[in-house]
Amino acid sequence: MGCDQIDGFSASDSSWDVTWRVSFKCACVGWGGGGSSHDLTCRTWPHGTPRSSSLQASQRRPYRSFSQALKSSSAVFCVLLTATAWNCAIMASPYLSGWSKNRPPSRGEYNVYSTFQSHEPEFDYLKSLEIEEKINKIRWLPQQNAAHFLLSTNDKTIKLWKISERDKRAEGYNLKDEDGRLRDPFRITSLRVPVLMPMDLMVEASPRRIFANAHTYHINSISVNSDYETYLSADDLRINLWHLEITDRSFNIVDIKPANMEELTEVITAAECHPLQCNVFVYSSSKGTIRLCDMRAAALCDRHSKFFEEPEDPSSRSFFSEIISSISDVKFSHSGRYMMTRDYLSVKVWDLNMENRPVETYQVHEYLRSKLCSLYENDCIFDKFECCWNGTDSAIMTGSYNNFFRMFDRNTRRDITLEASRENSKPRAMLKPRKVCTGGKRKKDEISVDSLDFNKKILHTAWHPKENVIAVAATNNLYIFQDKIN
Amino acid sequence: MINTMECAVDAQSLISISLRKIHNSRTQRGGIKLHKNLLVSYVLRNARQVYMNEKYAEIYRMQQYEEVMTVCNEIQELNPLDLMEDCEEQTGDCCGSANESASLCGALLPVSHQAPSVQHIQPSSACSVPLALQNEEVCKAPDPSFYRSCCAEAYPVSNCDFSPVNNMHCNKTTVLDLDTHVVTTVENGYLHQDCCASLQQCCQGAQSPAKKRKLDFGYYVSEIEEVPDFTPCKRAKFEDSSYVSTEHLDTSNISNLISIFGSGFTGLVSRQADLEQALNGQFCSKQALASLGAWTRAIVAF
Repeated sequence: MGCDQIDGFSASDSSWDVTWRVSFKCACVGWGGGGSSHDLTCRTWPHGTPRSSSLQASQRRPYRSFSQALKSSSAVFCVLLTATAWNCAIMASPYLSGWSKNRPPSRGEYNVYSTFQSHEPEFDYLKSLEIEEKINKIRWLPQQNAAHFLLSTNDKTIKLWKISERDKRAEGYNLKDEDGRLRDPFRITSLRVPVLMPMDLMVEASPRRIFANAHTYHINSISVNSDYETYLSADDLRINLWHLEITDRSFNIVDIKPANMEELTEVITAAECHPLQCNVFVYSSSKGTIRLCDMRAAALCDRHSKFFEEPEDPSSRSFFSEIISSISDVKFSHSGRYMMTRDYLSVKVWDLNMENRPVETYQVHEYLRSKLCSLYENDCIFDKFECCWNGTDSAIMTGSYNNFFRMFDRNTRRDITLEASRENSKPRAMLKPRKVCTGGKRKKDEISVDSLDFNKKILHTAWHPKENVIAVAATNNLYIFQDKIN
Repeated sequence: MINTMECAVDAQSLISISLRKIHNSRTQRGGIKLHKNLLVSYVLRNARQVYMNEKYAEIYRMQQYEEVMTVCNEIQELNPLDLMEDCEEQTGDCCGSANESASLCGALLPVSHQAPSVQHIQPSSACSVPLALQNEEVCKAPDPSFYRSCCAEAYPVSNCDFSPVNNMHCNKTTVLDLDTHVVTTVENGYLHQDCCASLQQCCQGAQSPAKKRKLDFGYYVSEIEEVPDFTPCKRAKFEDSSYVSTEHLDTSNISNLISIFGSGFTGLVSRQADLEQALNGQFCSKQALASLGAWTRAIVAF
């Protein structure tokens, strides 16, 4: 690492500088901390409100709220990062940060756009189970008009949200006065046409569809199809296909539940639609295999069209082989030619035309292999890391522990480890590459494996589809980094 | 931060850790996570296999020695020259086939530390066959009842502290299938024909079924060759909150969460008060391994 020139990234150490960081303690509180928990109205951010004054820190909510906040908000930025809608918001900086025209646009200033409670905790009386409100996945729909649409899901229910802005309101009604009270008809002496006046920007989130009662097991993935009309949702044993307009029906397209549950050997861990072919989707399993299915072949796609599996290396067998081979995330490349899978220790890139092994394998944190037993004890071995492609499919990124995240350049085979932390991230500061010392003498600036903080994990990252801007979610903070070259 | 001291990577502690996780998951918010429990059951199975193999090897060595000595002592009294060959053959036989059956049934059974003493098979209800007895049995002939009872339950009788518990095979348990919402009452204790039949088929005869078995449980035995097709009942089994009746119980099935959950950990502890103690590592795993019979109870919906 050090001072190598990394193609595609940039000069000197790293070109990634911190553009923005928002603290999520605040957002969580806004949600549900003190009084109005489970409040379905959204929070608005008036023009020109400095961040600090409108967000009051208060006591923390427990973990699940953080992850909820995190997911929701990381999705806001994901969207902003994944949809072309970003282009308008874009400049992102001046638009989002300076609500008021007076404030000069400063590069890389972001404000929280909207916060809303997506799901409520529920109770299933039949099974005596509580259904957590924790959001498992968020996916954005391609933008077709001024509003943003997203799908969010907890364990059992998927909701379609519409996020729209309102910055004008009509004034000068005839039948009611400014307070909204009805005017006495006798008092009306003249007619006027209501005029649209600008108002403080208000962002509204409203649930448009609720897709419920289709999954017996916990939903782990949703994926919007390229036809923009359907989407699929996957739980541990089944995958359902939905139409965005129809909430009372869904088609079951994959069912791997065995007749006898005792014979269960694997579960579905992630599913994704192909970005270009609306009839193709893949799903990954806990055994480290990926199946590609074509919906044209049959109504029930239990028989895969392609089966991707890398033979296991028998010499590396351990107690935890099954756990670390379980795939936690699968993502198609933008081109649709490749797909990437993340298991506990590595990221693999597969060519859809080759089923017997991946074309590239990147070790994310191989130094953890000797620590698997401890990681099993503290449950970290069950963490589900995600991965993402950059816009041109030339680089991939995924998270690790100690707030580290890693980027791999597929062309030059270079990789870099960066840290997303408060101490190291003043705005516009340059990020320094980090290195984990795997053995032997620890050099200066290196971190030894034993001093890694396993409570600080980066599970979610997102890369802007067109620019070198990334969003990294670290426990209760969201970071946005930008490539200096831009 | 991870404790810099490496946790004990021995099978027994892994088993107890896994059991604790499974137990805790019952009370977790959001219901039981199928994926996580499946993975934990794999670890449990792997640890158990290693543990069994270690114990088996130890017991087998002891047994082999004992038997050879006994037999040779006996025949020495008769005709030293003639029967020496027989003895060797027989021990070779015993050892050879015991190898198979031991791997077959040994993996099924908890290992008894009091192996030297020959123990009686419990008629019909459950077999409590430590390896010592198995060796003898196999040398004679495959006994169908032996195998059938092997399917049913497997636990040592004499050295088990939980005999009252273990004797209660006939447990009625209600299971709820989460998908169909069908509630069925299951009477435990005797196995479904299917399982016994297939197990019998595996027990008898050729090397390959036994090897299949061995492969399944002998993950860490290097001489095992790959057998392409597994019969389903050999696979690691797993049950989650959606339950069908527990007919296809395989006693080797420590990874069968029905069993684990169904025993409600009452198989592991005799009293509620002991629950805390039971979750203590050593205690838990020892009991777990000792009282395998308790594991084969039907699961209840939760």
